[in-house]
Amino acid sequence: MEIMEGSRAVAEAVKACRPNVIAAYPITPQTHIVEEISRMVADGELVSEYVRVESEHSAMSVCVGASATGARTYTATTSQGMALMHEVLFNAAGLRLPIVMTAANRSLSAPINIWNDHQDMISERDSGWIQLYSEDAQEASDMIIQAYKIAEDHDILLPVMIGMDGFILTHVHEPVELCSQEKVDDFLPLYDPIQYLTTENPLSFGTIVYPNTYTEFRYMIHEAMKKAERKIVDVASEFQDKFGRYYGGLIDTYEADDADLLILAMGSVIGTAKDAVDELRSEGKKVGIVKVRCYRPFPAEAIVESTKDAKAIAVLDKNISLGYEGALYTDVKSALYGKNGPLAMGFVLGLGGRDINKKTIKNIVAKADKAIKSGIFEAETEFVDLDLEVL
Amino acid sequence: MKLSIGSVTKPGSTRINKTGSWRTFKPIIDIEACIGCGTCSMLCPEGSAYKDNVSGKYAIDYDYCKGCGICAQECPVKAIEMVMEEK
Ligand code: SF4
Ligand code: SF4
Repeated sequence: MEIMEGSRAVAEAVKACRPNVIAAYPITPQTHIVEEISRMVADGELVSEYVRVESEHSAMSVCVGASATGARTYTATTSQGMALMHEVLFNAAGLRLPIVMTAANRSLSAPINIWNDHQDMISERDSGWIQLYSEDAQEASDMIIQAYKIAEDHDILLPVMIGMDGFILTHVHEPVELCSQEKVDDFLPLYDPIQYLTTENPLSFGTIVYPNTYTEFRYMIHEAMKKAERKIVDVASEFQDKFGRYYGGLIDTYEADDADLLILAMGSVIGTAKDAVDELRSEGKKVGIVKVRCYRPFPAEAIVESTKDAKAIAVLDKNISLGYEGALYTDVKSALYGKNGPLAMGFVLGLGGRDINKKTIKNIVAKADKAIKSGIFEAETEFVDLDLEVL
Repeated sequence: MKLSIGSVTKPGSTRINKTGSWRTFKPIIDIEACIGCGTCSMLCPEGSAYKDNVSGKYAIDYDYCKGCGICAQECPVKAIEMVMEEK
């Protein structure tokens, strides 16, 4: 165990996975991750091709090209950088290339804001990338190793992005246990591509398909996503056997068994919510947490199962689908449709780095309590701590 | 035929994908009027306007010409006419 910055914990995990090619463009708050990896390559600690590209569009394009040759690839980005990757993200998934990327989750412009929320990854929801969210530095680090194992499985062959909250996790110093190289080598076999590009055996990737087969290609990706649900759960257990750490499968629960009210959320806010729940529990309140670790594929079944005995759920979204509501809230309600499940309330919070503390969580719980008692919500989606004075 | 993961094929798939069939207007070069300046071949986005090495004249590869009309627009002597495709 060592105290280190979240970004370094991620860089060390990347190094242990021995990627052949890394291509990245620096952007706050992702910078420390790629700076550290670049240093490792420069100092000869990591033997890898580090490509200093001029934009994130190129970073992802380099990863696509390298991955097509059978190389294990890594990149990291956030916010505007991820938005700039947008079209290439769809290509990476469509070409079935198991690229792994860290997203140091940050808000999107305009107005410019460099702090944390989940709008960047949520906006790439339909790109065909597996989306995982991490709660702390240790999880963000360990998920790199798990991600390659998930992505490179021949039944899956999809890219994986791992969200870690910008600044909150990238810049925090926490006790982290690094995985030994020997154990990672044992856990993670070399990437064994089913088809790859060489000069002797040239191939065309993603060649045109007509309306009579495009649907089938989309269906194949969808099926691989569905298979990934099982794979993510299995890899989490294998990782536990090997390294002794477990964060849940598609979801994890905390004090959920007898809870009347469940908080559903993703990312680092889970840590804060756990502290708030501990205090509420000591006051006799039956509150628990469902931590949504995997957003795509969406763990609908696991969410229905884990919430079926609760009276209400409060869904926390660090994003907003403008003109409707938080994305997780929409998906959770859709999962619960026709299932006779609990009342569901949506809360949009923590946008652009607005602090979420125990009191924020407790206020949400109090609101939900009121709704449980009266059977009515004041508002379907609430902007938490919205300051109407400044409008 | 089974679909390949990621639509990966041997190179040369465009040999069977003759995208020229998508065209609405067809460029016709008036060989008499053409002065052989090569503007059409330099500006064609598909590489479909070319100099035929045998005849030494400029020609169009209709298998891939998409009928955008850039060649006709840019030809300095207006030797290319865009004609509606009739099926
Ligand atoms: S019409 Fe367009 S595609 Fe066809 S030859 Fe002329 S420039 Fe090329
Ligand atoms: S641009 Fe016109 S004149 Fe020049 S080569 Fe083409 S057809 Fe001939």
